[in-house]
Amino acid sequence: MTALVALRGIVKRFGTLTANDHVDLDVQPGEIHALLGENGAGKSTLVKILFGLLQPNEGTIRWQGREVMLSGPDAAAALGIGMVFQHFSLFDNLTVAENIGVAMPKGDGLADLEARIAAVGKRYGLALDPSRPVWTLSAGERQRIEIVRALLREPKLLILDEPTSVLTPQEAETLFSTLDTLAAGGCGLLYITHRLEEVRRLCHRATILRAGKVVAACDPRQESVAALASLMVGSEVAEVRPAAAHALGPVRFSLNGLTLPSSDLHGVALKAVSLEVRGGEIVGIAGVAGNGQAELFGAMSGEDLAASAEAVTIDGKPVGRDGIDARRKRAAAFVPEERNGHAAAPRMTLSENVVLSRHGDGMARGGLVDLRAAKDMAQAIIKAFDVRKGKVDPPAGTLSGGNLQKFVVGREMLRKPGVLIVNQPTWGVDPGATATIRQALIDLAASGAAVVVISQDLDEIYAIADRIAVIHDGELSKAYPAREIGREQIGLLMAGAGHAHAA
Amino acid sequence: MRLELVPRGDVSPVARVLSPVAAVAAAILIGGIIVAIMGRSPLQALQVYFVEPLTQGWALQELAIKATPLLIIAVGLSFCFRASLWNIGAEGQFIIGALTGSMVPLALHGSGAGPWVLAAGLVAGALGGLLYALIPALLRVAFGVSEILTSLMLVYVAELTLDYLVRGPWRDPKGFNFPQTVTFDWTLPYIAEGDRLHAGILIAPLVALAAWFVMRRTLFGFGIRVAGESPKAARFAGFSADRMVIAAFCISGACAGLAGIVEVFGQIHQLKPGISPGYGFTAITVAFLGRLHPAGMVFGALVVALTVIGGENAQIVMQLPLDLTRVFQGVLLMCVLAADALVSYRVRVVGGGR
Repeated sequence: MTALVALRGIVKRFGTLTANDHVDLDVQPGEIHALLGENGAGKSTLVKILFGLLQPNEGTIRWQGREVMLSGPDAAAALGIGMVFQHFSLFDNLTVAENIGVAMPKGDGLADLEARIAAVGKRYGLALDPSRPVWTLSAGERQRIEIVRALLREPKLLILDEPTSVLTPQEAETLFSTLDTLAAGGCGLLYITHRLEEVRRLCHRATILRAGKVVAACDPRQESVAALASLMVGSEVAEVRPAAAHALGPVRFSLNGLTLPSSDLHGVALKAVSLEVRGGEIVGIAGVAGNGQAELFGAMSGEDLAASAEAVTIDGKPVGRDGIDARRKRAAAFVPEERNGHAAAPRMTLSENVVLSRHGDGMARGGLVDLRAAKDMAQAIIKAFDVRKGKVDPPAGTLSGGNLQKFVVGREMLRKPGVLIVNQPTWGVDPGATATIRQALIDLAASGAAVVVISQDLDEIYAIADRIAVIHDGELSKAYPAREIGREQIGLLMAGAGHAHAA
Repeated sequence: MRLELVPRGDVSPVARVLSPVAAVAAAILIGGIIVAIMGRSPLQALQVYFVEPLTQGWALQELAIKATPLLIIAVGLSFCFRASLWNIGAEGQFIIGALTGSMVPLALHGSGAGPWVLAAGLVAGALGGLLYALIPALLRVAFGVSEILTSLMLVYVAELTLDYLVRGPWRDPKGFNFPQTVTFDWTLPYIAEGDRLHAGILIAPLVALAAWFVMRRTLFGFGIRVAGESPKAARFAGFSADRMVIAAFCISGACAGLAGIVEVFGQIHQLKPGISPGYGFTAITVAFLGRLHPAGMVFGALVVALTVIGGENAQIVMQLPLDLTRVFQGVLLMCVLAADALVSYRVRVVGGGR
C-alpha cells in the first residue's frame, strides 16, 4: 500500500541546533499515528514542515507516492493536509460560522456555510451551533470549531497537536470517537501528545522522537505506559515517591467566600470560593482550561486584590487586600502558569529573574539590586534543580520549557515557603523534569508547607494531591480526599454537574 | 511573494552595538541620494555636513552646546521608552520647563538677588517639566487615555502658552515691541573666557551617569526594565504598573524641563518664541540611536547635533534648505529602527503561494 504521506531523511537546522536529524515517517490512510517525544525532541518542527510552515534543509516529502514541495500552509491544504493547533486562533466576538468563514476560501456564502457546518457536525458527532458567539463556548466546543474548520476542507491527513489538553475526560472520549470515525473513513491522522494513556487507547502506530532523531516505531497497544515513557526519555523515568506518613498542621492558607468580578470582558468571575489548606498537605484543583484558574491564581497570589482582607488568609492573617509582595513576606510563594512573560521575563538573565520574585528577601537592599547575591542564588537554583543551559547566566527565554520551569519552581522552592501556590506546574514539561518538580512539591508539603496545585492534568493531580477540588465557571467544589473520588465523578464536576447536589 | 520576519533567537552583543553605526551609514547613503536628486554634489554635502564641523574649533564647541539639551532630554525619554511608554511630548515639557524656570529670574529682575536665582530657576524648570509630563501620565492611569496623543497635543499647548506670554504679560517693555522678555540678571557662567561653552554642558554627562546608575543598579530601574519587557512579569514581581507610568513620566518630564531651562540660562538668556529647534522631537532619534543606553545616547546626541550644525553649514555654503536636515533626521530614525529590527529578526522571502 502506498503511504498517504512519507517523509524521508528530513533534516531541519536552526543555527547550530539540529531540530530534525534524518527523520523518516509514514502515515497510512485510515491510520491514527502517534508522534511522541519530550519537549524539544523535534515534534513541532516536524509537524510545521509537514504543514508547510517550515522548509526542511534536506529530505523529501512524498504525498501519495509523488514528491511534493510544501511552500506554505496553502500548498499543504491544497493537497489535503489539515491541522488542529493546540492553541485556538478564534475571534471571541464572532460567531462559530463567522470564525470558520474567515478561514475558508473566498466566495462561500455564510448561509451555505452554516448548512455545511451542521452536516459535518452530524456526520462526525461534533455538535455545534453555528450562530453562537465564540466567547459563550467551552474549551471543548471551541476545539470542535477548529476541527470542523479543518474537516470542511475534506482533508486526507489531519494533524492534531495535543488536542486533549483542554478537555474534560468525557469531552476527550467524544473526541476519540470522532477520530475513530474519521480514521474508519480513510483519513490519516497524526496525533501529537504527551499523554501516553491516550496513545495506547487510540493510536495504531507510534513514532518516537528523541533529540531530533527517530528512536523507535512501535504499536502502542502492545507497549506499557512505562515502556513508552522510557523510550521517549531514553532512560527509566523516576516515579514520584509518596511522602512518608506525617501529621497535618494547622490551616496555613484559606479562601473564605472569595468573590471577584472578572477584570476582562471574556474572563471568568470567581463566585464565593472557599478552601482551607493545612500545613503538610497538597490540595489539587482540577478543571477544564478557562474556568477561572487564572483568576483564582491571581486572587491567591495578590496580583488581583479581593474586596475584603478576610477573603484570603495566610497563617491566620487576613491578606486579601495585600499585594503579592506583602504576601511573599508572609512566606508565601507563587508559580504562575506561563513561564515566559509571567513567571520570568524572557529577555532578562536568570540572575535578573531571581531578583524578579525575590527582591523582598535578600536580592535587593535599600532600593539597590544586589546582583552578586542574585547570581549566587541563580547558581544555587541551577544546581539544586539540575537546570540545563548553555551559558553561565543566559536570558531566561533561551532555556527549554522544562528547564525554565525547573528554574522558576526552584526559585520559589529555595525560599522554603510556608505556602506555595502553583498553576500548571508541569504543563508542556518533559517527563524527567516533571518527576523532579512533582517530587519537590511532595517533599515541600511533607516538610510542613501548605501546597495548592492548580492543574488541568488529572494524572498529575492524582499523582501528588492529598485532596482534590474542582473549579467550574468560577465556582470551586468542596475538596474531596483523593482516595475517595473517582475520575468519573471529577469529570462530572469539571463539566459543571456538581452544583445541583453540592453541599 | 511576501516577506516575513523570523526571530533570530540569540543575537550577538557585537551586532547590537554595530547596528546604530550601520544605521548612520545607511542614512548618509540615502541622504546622499536625495542631495544628488536635488542636483547637488553628494560628496560636497558630505564634506559640508559631517567633516567641516569636526575640523573647526568653534564648531566643536557648538556641537557640545547642541548635544547638551538633546542628551538630557533623551536620557529622560529612555525611562519612558524602556517601560514601553511613548512620551512624544518632550518638546512641550522642554518649553514648560524653560517657562517655569524663567519665572524665578523674571520675578526677581532688578532686585539684586544673588546667583542662587540660577539654582532656584533650574529646580523650578525641572519641576515644571515634571508636572507637565504628569498630565498624560495621570490621564493614562485614571482613564486609559493613550499617552501618545495627549503628550503630543500638549506640545502645541506649551508652544502657544509661551507665545502668548512673551507677546503679552511677560514682554520686555523696553524691547521695541519684540516678542521677548528682559534679559536675565544671572546666566550660566562660561567655562572659559571668550568661548561659547557654558556650564550647562557639564549637567548632561552627570544626568547620563545618574540614569545609568538608576537603570542598572536600583530596584526602581529594574522595575522599569521589567515593565517594558513584560507587564505581567512586572505585576508578578509586585511592581505597580500605575506607579511605573507616573514615575517614568516624571523623570522624563523633569529631564526635558531641565534641558529647557539650561538652554535658556546658558544660551538664550531670555524667553522668546522658538527657543527650541525641535529638540524634544529630535531627542527621540537620539534615544533610539543610543539604544536607550546612557553611553550610547552620548554618541547619539553628538551624531544628531552634528547633523544640526552641518545643516546650518549646508544652508550657508550650499544653499540647501533647512528642511533637508529635518528629512535627514527622519531618515536616520527610520534607519535606526530598521537596523534594530533586522538585528533581532531575519527577513524571509516566502515564495509563490498560489
